[in-house]
Amino acid sequence: MGTIILLVVVGVVILWVIAKYNSLITLRNQVQIGWRQIYVQLKRRHDLIPNLVNTVKGYMEFEQDTLRQVIEARNAAVNAKGVADAAAKEGELTAVLSRLFALVENYPQLKASENVKQLQEELTSTENKVGFARQFYNDIATKFNIAQQVFPGNIIASLFKFQAAELFQIEKPEEREVPTVNLSLKK
Amino acid sequence: MVLFVLFFGFLGYGFDIFYFGNDPLELIGQRSFAIPIGTLMALVVGGGMSLWGLQGGAKAVLSSASAAPVSDEDPRYRTLLNVVDEITIASGLPRPRVFVIPDADPNAFATGRDPEHSYVAVTQGLLDSLNREELQGVIAHEMSHIKNYDIRVMTVIAALVGAVFLLSDWSSRAMRFGAGGGRRSRSSRGGIGGAAGIILLVVWLLAIILAPLVSQILAMAVSRQREYLADASGAELTRNPLGLAKALEKIESAETPTESIKRGSAHLCIVDPLGRKANFKEGAVADIFATHPPISKRITFLKAMAYQYESQKAQ
Repeated sequence: MGTIILLVVVGVVILWVIAKYNSLITLRNQVQIGWRQIYVQLKRRHDLIPNLVNTVKGYMEFEQDTLRQVIEARNAAVNAKGVADAAAKEGELTAVLSRLFALVENYPQLKASENVKQLQEELTSTENKVGFARQFYNDIATKFNIAQQVFPGNIIASLFKFQAAELFQIEKPEEREVPTVNLSLKK
Repeated sequence: MVLFVLFFGFLGYGFDIFYFGNDPLELIGQRSFAIPIGTLMALVVGGGMSLWGLQGGAKAVLSSASAAPVSDEDPRYRTLLNVVDEITIASGLPRPRVFVIPDADPNAFATGRDPEHSYVAVTQGLLDSLNREELQGVIAHEMSHIKNYDIRVMTVIAALVGAVFLLSDWSSRAMRFGAGGGRRSRSSRGGIGGAAGIILLVVWLLAIILAPLVSQILAMAVSRQREYLADASGAELTRNPLGLAKALEKIESAETPTESIKRGSAHLCIVDPLGRKANFKEGAVADIFATHPPISKRITFLKAMAYQYESQKAQ
Protein backbone atom coordinates (compact mmCIF):
# COMPACT_ATOMS: atom_id res chain seq x y z
CA MET A 1 0.00 0.00 0.00
CA GLY A 2 2.80 2.38 0.88
CA THR A 3 4.64 1.85 -2.37
CA ILE A 4 1.47 2.52 -4.37
CA ILE A 5 0.97 5.87 -2.65
CA LEU A 6 4.60 6.75 -3.24
CA LEU A 7 4.35 5.88 -6.93
CA VAL A 8 1.17 7.93 -7.29
CA VAL A 9 2.78 10.94 -5.62
CA VAL A 10 5.88 10.69 -7.80
CA GLY A 11 3.68 10.32 -10.87
CA VAL A 12 1.69 13.43 -9.97
CA VAL A 13 4.86 15.43 -9.40
CA ILE A 14 6.30 14.37 -12.74
CA LEU A 15 3.08 15.31 -14.53
CA TRP A 16 3.11 18.70 -12.84
CA VAL A 17 6.72 19.32 -13.86
CA ILE A 18 5.90 18.47 -17.47
CA ALA A 19 2.85 20.72 -17.47
CA LYS A 20 4.76 23.62 -15.95
CA TYR A 21 7.68 23.24 -18.35
CA ASN A 22 5.33 23.16 -21.33
CA SER A 23 3.51 26.26 -20.23
CA LEU A 24 6.81 28.11 -19.86
CA ILE A 25 7.86 27.03 -23.36
CA THR A 26 4.52 28.19 -24.75
CA LEU A 27 4.86 31.57 -23.08
CA ARG A 28 8.41 32.00 -24.32
CA ASN A 29 7.28 31.39 -27.89
CA GLN A 30 4.39 33.79 -27.52
CA VAL A 31 6.82 36.42 -26.26
CA GLN A 32 8.99 35.94 -29.34
CA ILE A 33 6.02 36.20 -31.68
CA GLY A 34 4.87 39.29 -29.83
CA TRP A 35 8.24 40.92 -30.42
CA ARG A 36 8.18 40.15 -34.16
CA GLN A 37 4.63 41.48 -34.49
CA ILE A 38 5.78 44.93 -33.50
CA TYR A 39 8.02 45.03 -36.52
CA VAL A 40 5.23 43.78 -38.77
CA GLN A 41 3.21 46.85 -37.82
CA LEU A 42 6.18 49.19 -38.10
CA LYS A 43 6.88 47.93 -41.59
CA ARG A 44 3.24 48.56 -42.54
CA ARG A 45 3.68 52.10 -41.37
CA HIS A 46 6.87 52.54 -43.41
CA ASP A 47 5.07 51.29 -46.50
CA LEU A 48 2.07 53.59 -46.11
CA ILE A 49 4.01 56.82 -45.73
CA PRO A 50 5.29 57.28 -49.29
CA ASN A 51 1.67 56.83 -50.43
CA LEU A 52 0.54 59.58 -48.11
CA VAL A 53 3.24 61.99 -49.22
CA ASN A 54 2.49 61.43 -52.90
CA THR A 55 -1.21 62.02 -52.37
CA VAL A 56 -0.83 65.32 -50.57
CA LYS A 57 2.16 66.66 -52.52
CA GLY A 58 0.10 68.21 -55.28
CA TYR A 59 -2.10 70.15 -52.86
CA MET A 60 0.42 71.28 -50.31
CA GLU A 61 2.89 73.25 -52.41
CA PHE A 62 3.84 75.44 -49.49
CA GLU A 63 4.63 72.57 -47.22
CA GLN A 64 7.41 70.96 -49.24
CA ASP A 65 9.73 71.25 -46.27
CA THR A 66 7.50 69.24 -44.01
CA LEU A 67 6.90 66.64 -46.70
CA ARG A 68 10.62 66.29 -47.21
CA GLN A 69 11.11 65.84 -43.47
CA VAL A 70 8.50 63.11 -43.43
CA ILE A 71 10.28 61.17 -46.16
CA GLU A 72 13.65 61.64 -44.49
CA ALA A 73 12.36 60.51 -41.11
CA ARG A 74 10.72 57.49 -42.72
CA ASN A 75 13.93 56.47 -44.48
CA ALA A 76 15.92 56.92 -41.30
CA ALA A 77 13.46 54.68 -39.47
CA VAL A 78 13.70 51.98 -42.16
CA ASN A 79 17.48 51.98 -41.91
CA ALA A 80 17.70 52.06 -38.14
CA LYS A 81 19.99 49.51 -36.53
CA GLY A 82 19.20 47.93 -33.23
CA VAL A 83 16.26 48.29 -30.89
CA ALA A 84 17.18 51.54 -29.18
CA ASP A 85 18.00 53.26 -32.47
CA ALA A 86 14.79 51.98 -34.06
CA ALA A 87 12.73 53.23 -31.13
CA ALA A 88 14.33 56.68 -31.41
CA LYS A 89 13.78 56.93 -35.16
CA GLU A 90 10.19 55.74 -34.91
CA GLY A 91 9.57 58.40 -32.31
CA GLU A 92 10.86 61.10 -34.62
CA LEU A 93 8.71 59.78 -37.42
CA THR A 94 5.65 59.99 -35.19
CA ALA A 95 6.43 63.60 -34.36
CA VAL A 96 6.83 64.60 -38.00
CA LEU A 97 3.66 62.76 -39.01
CA SER A 98 1.57 64.57 -36.43
CA ARG A 99 2.90 67.88 -37.79
CA LEU A 100 1.81 66.82 -41.24
CA PHE A 101 -1.68 65.82 -40.08
CA ALA A 102 -2.09 69.13 -38.34
CA LEU A 103 -1.15 70.93 -41.55
CA VAL A 104 -3.74 69.00 -43.54
CA GLU A 105 -6.35 70.84 -41.45
CA ASN A 106 -5.42 74.04 -43.29
CA TYR A 107 -6.28 72.66 -46.72
CA PRO A 108 -10.05 72.18 -47.03
CA GLN A 109 -9.90 70.47 -50.43
CA LEU A 110 -7.33 68.08 -49.06
CA LYS A 111 -9.37 67.43 -45.95
CA ALA A 112 -12.42 66.59 -48.02
CA SER A 113 -10.59 64.31 -50.41
CA GLU A 114 -11.65 60.69 -50.01
CA ASN A 115 -8.16 59.45 -50.71
CA VAL A 116 -6.70 61.53 -47.93
CA LYS A 117 -9.39 60.47 -45.49
CA GLN A 118 -8.72 56.82 -46.21
CA LEU A 119 -4.99 57.30 -45.88
CA GLN A 120 -5.44 59.14 -42.61
CA GLU A 121 -7.63 56.34 -41.32
CA GLU A 122 -5.02 53.78 -42.38
CA LEU A 123 -2.22 55.71 -40.75
CA THR A 124 -4.20 56.26 -37.55
CA SER A 125 -4.98 52.59 -37.46
CA THR A 126 -1.36 51.68 -38.07
CA GLU A 127 -0.18 53.97 -35.28
CA ASN A 128 -2.71 52.29 -32.99
CA LYS A 129 -1.61 48.86 -34.11
CA VAL A 130 2.04 49.63 -33.41
CA GLY A 131 1.04 50.79 -29.95
CA PHE A 132 -1.12 47.75 -29.29
CA ALA A 133 1.58 45.40 -30.58
CA ARG A 134 4.02 46.91 -28.09
CA GLN A 135 1.40 46.73 -25.36
CA PHE A 136 0.68 43.08 -26.11
CA TYR A 137 4.40 42.31 -26.10
CA ASN A 138 4.78 43.89 -22.69
CA ASP A 139 1.72 42.06 -21.39
CA ILE A 140 2.87 38.64 -22.56
CA ALA A 141 6.47 39.30 -21.46
CA THR A 142 5.20 40.20 -17.98
CA LYS A 143 3.08 37.06 -17.88
CA PHE A 144 6.17 35.04 -18.82
CA ASN A 145 8.30 36.74 -16.19
CA ILE A 146 5.67 36.21 -13.50
CA ALA A 147 5.38 32.53 -14.41
CA GLN A 148 9.12 32.18 -13.95
CA GLN A 149 9.23 34.00 -10.65
CA VAL A 150 6.30 32.65 -8.65
CA PHE A 151 6.82 29.69 -6.38
CA PRO A 152 6.93 26.80 -7.23
CA GLY A 153 7.31 27.67 -10.89
CA ASN A 154 10.65 29.29 -10.25
CA ILE A 155 12.14 25.90 -9.48
CA ILE A 156 11.32 24.66 -12.97
CA ALA A 157 12.45 27.90 -14.55
CA SER A 158 15.89 27.87 -13.01
CA LEU A 159 16.21 24.12 -13.56
CA PHE A 160 15.72 24.50 -17.28
CA LYS A 161 17.49 27.86 -17.56
CA PHE A 162 14.67 30.13 -18.70
CA GLN A 163 15.60 33.77 -19.10
CA ALA A 164 13.50 36.75 -18.11
CA ALA A 165 12.08 38.68 -21.05
CA GLU A 166 12.90 42.36 -21.49
CA LEU A 167 10.05 44.79 -21.54
CA PHE A 168 9.70 47.31 -24.33
CA GLN A 169 10.68 50.67 -22.91
CA ILE A 170 11.16 54.21 -24.01
CA GLU A 171 14.89 54.82 -23.90
CA LYS A 172 15.13 58.56 -24.25
CA PRO A 173 13.33 60.88 -21.82
CA GLU A 174 12.37 63.19 -24.72
CA GLU A 175 10.09 60.57 -26.15
CA ARG A 176 7.94 60.52 -23.06
CA GLU A 177 6.83 64.05 -23.83
CA VAL A 178 3.78 64.53 -25.97
CA PRO A 179 4.99 65.71 -29.40
CA THR A 180 4.39 69.42 -29.83
CA VAL A 181 2.55 70.24 -32.99
CA ASN A 182 3.77 73.32 -34.79
CA LEU A 183 0.68 74.81 -36.39
CA SER A 184 2.19 77.99 -37.75
CA LEU A 185 2.28 78.29 -41.52
CA LYS A 186 5.83 79.56 -41.47
CA LYS A 187 8.60 77.05 -40.97
CA MET B 1 -21.30 28.70 -11.64
CA VAL B 2 -20.33 26.30 -8.88
CA LEU B 3 -23.46 27.19 -6.90
CA PHE B 4 -25.50 26.43 -9.96
CA VAL B 5 -24.00 23.02 -10.49
CA LEU B 6 -24.31 22.19 -6.79
CA PHE B 7 -27.96 23.23 -6.80
CA PHE B 8 -28.55 21.04 -9.79
CA GLY B 9 -26.78 18.13 -8.16
CA PHE B 10 -28.85 18.64 -5.03
CA LEU B 11 -32.07 18.29 -7.01
CA GLY B 12 -30.89 15.06 -8.55
CA TYR B 13 -29.65 13.75 -5.21
CA GLY B 14 -32.99 14.34 -3.54
CA PHE B 15 -34.75 12.64 -6.41
CA ASP B 16 -32.74 9.51 -5.76
CA ILE B 17 -33.39 9.47 -2.04
CA PHE B 18 -37.08 9.87 -2.15
CA TYR B 19 -38.10 7.83 -5.11
CA PHE B 20 -35.73 4.96 -4.97
CA GLY B 21 -34.71 4.86 -1.37
CA ASN B 22 -31.08 4.92 -2.48
CA ASP B 23 -28.77 7.32 -0.83
CA PRO B 24 -26.01 7.73 -3.43
CA LEU B 25 -23.50 8.56 -0.75
CA GLU B 26 -24.07 5.25 1.00
CA LEU B 27 -23.68 3.40 -2.27
CA ILE B 28 -20.05 4.38 -2.58
CA GLY B 29 -19.04 1.95 0.11
CA GLN B 30 -21.26 -0.93 -0.98
CA ARG B 31 -21.12 -3.04 -4.04
CA SER B 32 -24.75 -2.88 -4.94
CA PHE B 33 -26.19 -2.62 -8.39
CA ALA B 34 -28.60 0.11 -7.53
CA ILE B 35 -27.66 3.00 -9.76
CA PRO B 36 -28.38 6.55 -8.60
CA ILE B 37 -30.54 7.17 -11.61
CA GLY B 38 -31.78 10.59 -10.62
CA THR B 39 -28.38 12.16 -10.14
CA LEU B 40 -26.96 10.57 -13.25
CA MET B 41 -29.88 11.61 -15.40
CA ALA B 42 -29.72 15.15 -14.12
CA LEU B 43 -26.04 15.35 -15.04
CA VAL B 44 -26.52 13.69 -18.42
CA VAL B 45 -29.46 15.87 -19.42
CA GLY B 46 -27.70 19.00 -18.27
CA GLY B 47 -24.49 18.05 -20.04
CA GLY B 48 -26.28 17.06 -23.23
CA MET B 49 -28.22 20.30 -23.46
CA SER B 50 -25.09 22.34 -22.85
CA LEU B 51 -23.17 20.64 -25.64
CA TRP B 52 -26.05 21.04 -28.07
CA GLY B 53 -26.30 24.72 -27.24
CA LEU B 54 -22.59 25.22 -27.77
CA GLN B 55 -22.59 23.66 -31.23
CA GLY B 56 -25.37 25.45 -33.00
CA GLY B 57 -25.70 28.60 -31.00
CA ALA B 58 -23.67 31.21 -32.86
CA LYS B 59 -25.19 30.88 -36.34
CA ALA B 60 -28.70 30.86 -34.92
CA VAL B 61 -28.15 34.05 -32.98
CA LEU B 62 -26.63 35.85 -35.95
CA SER B 63 -29.39 34.93 -38.37
CA SER B 64 -32.11 35.82 -35.89
CA ALA B 65 -30.68 39.33 -35.73
CA SER B 66 -30.43 39.59 -39.55
CA ALA B 67 -26.73 40.22 -39.27
CA ALA B 68 -24.80 40.54 -42.52
CA PRO B 69 -21.12 39.55 -42.73
CA VAL B 70 -18.62 42.28 -43.57
CA SER B 71 -16.05 41.49 -46.23
CA ASP B 72 -12.48 42.66 -45.78
CA GLU B 73 -12.55 44.74 -48.95
CA ASP B 74 -15.68 46.71 -48.10
CA PRO B 75 -14.64 50.38 -47.93
CA ARG B 76 -17.70 51.45 -45.93
CA TYR B 77 -16.61 49.44 -42.93
CA ARG B 78 -12.88 50.08 -43.12
CA THR B 79 -12.80 51.81 -39.73
CA LEU B 80 -14.75 49.01 -38.07
CA LEU B 81 -12.44 46.35 -39.51
CA ASN B 82 -9.39 48.36 -38.49
CA VAL B 83 -10.66 48.72 -34.94
CA VAL B 84 -11.33 44.97 -34.75
CA ASP B 85 -7.79 44.36 -36.03
CA GLU B 86 -6.36 46.66 -33.38
CA ILE B 87 -8.12 44.92 -30.54
CA THR B 88 -7.14 41.56 -32.05
CA ILE B 89 -3.50 42.58 -31.76
CA ALA B 90 -3.95 43.94 -28.25
CA SER B 91 -5.61 40.78 -26.98
CA GLY B 92 -3.61 38.13 -28.83
CA LEU B 93 -6.86 36.39 -29.84
CA PRO B 94 -7.60 35.11 -33.34
CA ARG B 95 -9.57 37.58 -35.46
CA PRO B 96 -13.36 37.18 -35.10
CA ARG B 97 -15.72 37.36 -38.09
CA VAL B 98 -17.38 40.75 -38.21
CA PHE B 99 -21.09 41.31 -38.86
CA VAL B 100 -23.28 44.39 -39.21
CA ILE B 101 -26.95 44.55 -38.18
CA PRO B 102 -29.14 46.96 -40.15
CA ASP B 103 -30.73 48.67 -37.15
CA ALA B 104 -30.56 52.35 -36.29
CA ASP B 105 -30.34 51.75 -32.56
CA PRO B 106 -26.79 51.46 -31.21
CA ASN B 107 -25.94 48.03 -29.84
CA ALA B 108 -23.41 45.24 -30.24
CA PHE B 109 -22.86 41.63 -29.27
CA ALA B 110 -20.31 38.86 -29.47
CA THR B 111 -20.98 35.16 -29.87
CA GLY B 112 -19.17 31.92 -30.66
CA ARG B 113 -18.14 28.91 -28.59
CA ASP B 114 -14.42 29.68 -28.36
CA PRO B 115 -11.93 32.28 -29.63
CA GLU B 116 -11.23 30.28 -32.80
CA HIS B 117 -14.90 30.37 -33.78
CA SER B 118 -15.96 33.82 -32.68
CA TYR B 119 -18.23 36.47 -34.16
CA VAL B 120 -18.73 40.14 -33.35
CA ALA B 121 -21.81 42.01 -34.57
CA VAL B 122 -22.57 45.73 -34.36
CA THR B 123 -25.63 47.71 -35.45
CA GLN B 124 -25.43 50.39 -38.11
CA GLY B 125 -26.68 52.79 -35.46
CA LEU B 126 -23.61 52.08 -33.34
CA LEU B 127 -21.28 52.82 -36.25
CA ASP B 128 -23.08 56.06 -36.98
CA SER B 129 -23.15 57.47 -33.46
CA LEU B 130 -19.77 56.55 -31.96
CA ASN B 131 -16.38 58.02 -32.74
CA ARG B 132 -13.28 55.90 -33.16
CA GLU B 133 -12.22 55.92 -29.50
CA GLU B 134 -15.68 54.88 -28.32
CA LEU B 135 -16.01 52.19 -31.00
CA GLN B 136 -12.68 50.83 -29.80
CA GLY B 137 -14.04 50.62 -26.26
CA VAL B 138 -17.17 48.75 -27.36
CA ILE B 139 -15.25 46.29 -29.54
CA ALA B 140 -12.77 45.70 -26.71
CA HIS B 141 -15.72 44.91 -24.39
CA GLU B 142 -17.18 42.45 -26.86
CA MET B 143 -13.89 40.73 -27.54
CA SER B 144 -13.32 40.45 -23.81
CA HIS B 145 -16.50 38.40 -23.66
CA ILE B 146 -14.88 36.07 -26.19
CA LYS B 147 -11.59 36.06 -24.33
CA ASN B 148 -13.24 35.21 -21.01
CA TYR B 149 -15.31 32.44 -22.60
CA ASP B 150 -18.44 34.23 -21.41
CA ILE B 151 -20.48 32.93 -24.30
CA ARG B 152 -19.69 29.39 -23.32
CA VAL B 153 -20.51 30.14 -19.68
CA MET B 154 -23.87 31.68 -20.52
CA THR B 155 -24.80 28.93 -22.98
CA VAL B 156 -24.07 26.24 -20.43
CA ILE B 157 -26.06 28.14 -17.82
CA ALA B 158 -28.98 28.63 -20.18
CA ALA B 159 -29.01 24.91 -20.86
CA LEU B 160 -28.85 24.13 -17.16
CA VAL B 161 -31.73 26.49 -16.45
CA GLY B 162 -33.73 24.68 -19.09
CA ALA B 163 -32.84 21.35 -17.59
CA VAL B 164 -33.86 22.57 -14.14
CA PHE B 165 -37.24 23.52 -15.50
CA LEU B 166 -37.61 20.04 -16.96
CA LEU B 167 -36.44 18.35 -13.81
CA SER B 168 -38.78 20.24 -11.54
CA ASP B 169 -41.62 19.54 -13.93
CA TRP B 170 -40.98 15.78 -13.92
CA SER B 171 -40.54 15.75 -10.18
CA SER B 172 -43.82 17.46 -9.46
CA ARG B 173 -45.62 15.07 -11.81
CA ALA B 174 -43.88 12.02 -10.42
CA MET B 175 -44.71 13.08 -6.90
CA ARG B 176 -48.39 12.57 -7.53
CA PHE B 177 -47.82 9.01 -8.71
CA GLY B 178 -44.74 7.85 -6.94
CA ALA B 179 -45.11 8.92 -3.33
CA GLY B 180 -46.55 5.63 -2.17
CA GLY B 181 -43.88 3.55 -3.85
CA GLY B 182 -41.16 5.67 -2.33
CA ARG B 183 -42.25 5.07 1.20
CA ARG B 184 -42.45 1.32 0.74
CA SER B 185 -38.98 0.96 -0.63
CA ARG B 186 -37.52 3.28 1.94
CA SER B 187 -38.51 1.06 4.82
CA SER B 188 -37.29 -2.12 3.14
CA ARG B 189 -33.93 -0.88 1.86
CA GLY B 190 -32.81 1.43 4.60
CA GLY B 191 -32.57 4.87 3.15
CA ILE B 192 -32.41 7.92 5.37
CA GLY B 193 -34.91 7.58 8.18
CA GLY B 194 -36.44 9.63 10.92
CA ALA B 195 -36.47 13.35 11.49
CA ALA B 196 -33.50 14.05 9.26
CA GLY B 197 -35.40 12.45 6.41
CA ILE B 198 -38.43 14.67 6.92
CA ILE B 199 -36.40 17.85 7.06
CA LEU B 200 -34.54 16.83 3.94
CA LEU B 201 -37.86 16.10 2.25
CA VAL B 202 -39.23 19.54 3.08
CA VAL B 203 -36.11 21.33 1.95
CA TRP B 204 -36.03 19.29 -1.22
CA LEU B 205 -39.70 20.00 -2.00
CA LEU B 206 -39.10 23.70 -1.57
CA ALA B 207 -36.13 23.42 -3.87
CA ILE B 208 -38.22 21.69 -6.54
CA ILE B 209 -40.94 24.32 -6.37
CA LEU B 210 -38.58 27.25 -6.31
CA ALA B 211 -36.05 25.68 -8.67
CA PRO B 212 -37.07 27.52 -11.82
CA LEU B 213 -37.04 30.83 -9.97
CA VAL B 214 -33.79 30.24 -8.14
CA SER B 215 -32.00 29.07 -11.25
CA GLN B 216 -33.13 32.16 -13.16
CA ILE B 217 -31.88 34.40 -10.38
CA LEU B 218 -28.52 32.63 -10.32
CA ALA B 219 -28.25 32.89 -14.10
CA MET B 220 -28.96 36.64 -14.01
CA ALA B 221 -26.38 37.15 -11.28
CA VAL B 222 -23.73 35.36 -13.34
CA SER B 223 -24.68 37.43 -16.38
CA ARG B 224 -24.26 40.70 -14.49
CA GLN B 225 -20.89 39.75 -13.05
CA ARG B 226 -19.62 38.77 -16.48
CA GLU B 227 -20.73 42.14 -17.85
CA TYR B 228 -18.66 43.95 -15.24
CA LEU B 229 -15.76 41.63 -15.99
CA ALA B 230 -16.02 42.37 -19.71
CA ASP B 231 -16.05 46.12 -18.98
CA ALA B 232 -12.89 45.78 -16.92
CA SER B 233 -11.12 43.43 -19.36
CA GLY B 234 -12.00 45.72 -22.24
CA ALA B 235 -10.56 48.69 -20.39
CA GLU B 236 -7.43 46.65 -19.72
CA LEU B 237 -7.08 45.99 -23.46
CA THR B 238 -7.45 49.57 -24.58
CA ARG B 239 -5.90 51.11 -21.44
CA ASN B 240 -8.64 53.69 -21.96
CA PRO B 241 -11.68 53.12 -19.73
CA LEU B 242 -13.11 56.52 -20.61
CA GLY B 243 -13.59 55.43 -24.23
CA LEU B 244 -16.09 52.78 -23.19
CA ALA B 245 -17.60 55.12 -20.57
CA LYS B 246 -18.34 57.74 -23.23
CA ALA B 247 -19.74 55.08 -25.55
CA LEU B 248 -22.08 53.83 -22.82
CA GLU B 249 -23.23 57.38 -22.14
CA LYS B 250 -24.07 57.85 -25.81
CA ILE B 251 -25.83 54.49 -26.04
CA GLU B 252 -27.80 55.18 -22.89
CA SER B 253 -29.13 58.48 -24.22
CA ALA B 254 -30.05 56.87 -27.52
CA GLU B 255 -31.73 53.87 -25.93
CA THR B 256 -34.78 52.78 -27.81
CA PRO B 257 -35.38 49.06 -28.13
CA THR B 258 -33.27 47.38 -30.78
CA GLU B 259 -35.89 45.51 -32.71
CA SER B 260 -33.53 43.26 -34.60
CA ILE B 261 -32.07 41.51 -31.60
CA LYS B 262 -34.54 39.02 -30.27
CA ARG B 263 -35.19 38.06 -26.68
CA GLY B 264 -33.08 34.92 -26.85
CA SER B 265 -29.90 36.85 -27.57
CA ALA B 266 -30.61 39.78 -25.30
CA HIS B 267 -28.20 38.78 -22.59
CA LEU B 268 -25.28 38.76 -25.00
CA CYS B 269 -25.49 42.45 -25.89
CA ILE B 270 -23.59 45.36 -24.50
CA VAL B 271 -26.82 47.05 -23.46
CA ASP B 272 -30.17 45.36 -23.06
CA PRO B 273 -31.82 45.60 -26.48
CA LEU B 274 -35.34 45.08 -25.24
CA GLY B 275 -35.26 48.20 -23.13
CA ARG B 276 -36.50 46.26 -20.13
CA LYS B 277 -36.96 48.51 -17.14
CA ALA B 278 -35.06 46.19 -14.84
CA ASN B 279 -31.83 46.82 -16.68
CA PHE B 280 -31.92 50.58 -16.28
CA LYS B 281 -32.96 51.11 -12.71
CA GLU B 282 -31.12 50.35 -9.54
CA GLY B 283 -32.78 48.83 -6.50
CA ALA B 284 -33.47 45.41 -5.06
CA VAL B 285 -35.79 43.97 -7.71
CA ALA B 286 -33.67 45.21 -10.57
CA ASP B 287 -30.59 43.82 -8.87
CA ILE B 288 -32.02 40.34 -8.85
CA PHE B 289 -33.60 40.07 -12.28
CA ALA B 290 -31.55 42.22 -14.62
CA THR B 291 -29.26 40.61 -17.18
CA HIS B 292 -27.12 43.73 -17.35
CA PRO B 293 -25.93 45.94 -14.53
CA PRO B 294 -27.41 49.45 -14.54
CA ILE B 295 -25.56 51.57 -17.10
CA SER B 296 -24.91 54.42 -14.67
CA LYS B 297 -23.11 52.03 -12.35
CA ARG B 298 -21.02 50.68 -15.19
CA ILE B 299 -20.04 54.22 -16.19
CA THR B 300 -19.14 55.03 -12.59
CA PHE B 301 -16.90 51.99 -12.32
CA LEU B 302 -15.19 52.81 -15.60
CA LYS B 303 -14.57 56.39 -14.58
CA ALA B 304 -13.17 55.18 -11.27
CA MET B 305 -10.69 53.10 -13.25
CA ALA B 306 -9.58 56.35 -14.82
CA TYR B 307 -9.36 57.98 -11.41
CA GLN B 308 -12.32 60.19 -12.09
CA TYR B 309 -14.44 59.75 -9.03
CA GLU B 310 -17.97 61.15 -9.05
CA SER B 311 -18.25 63.81 -6.38
CA GLN B 312 -21.64 64.07 -4.73
CA LYS B 313 -21.61 67.78 -4.16
CA ALA B 314 -20.14 69.38 -7.27
CA GLN B 315 -22.04 69.82 -10.53
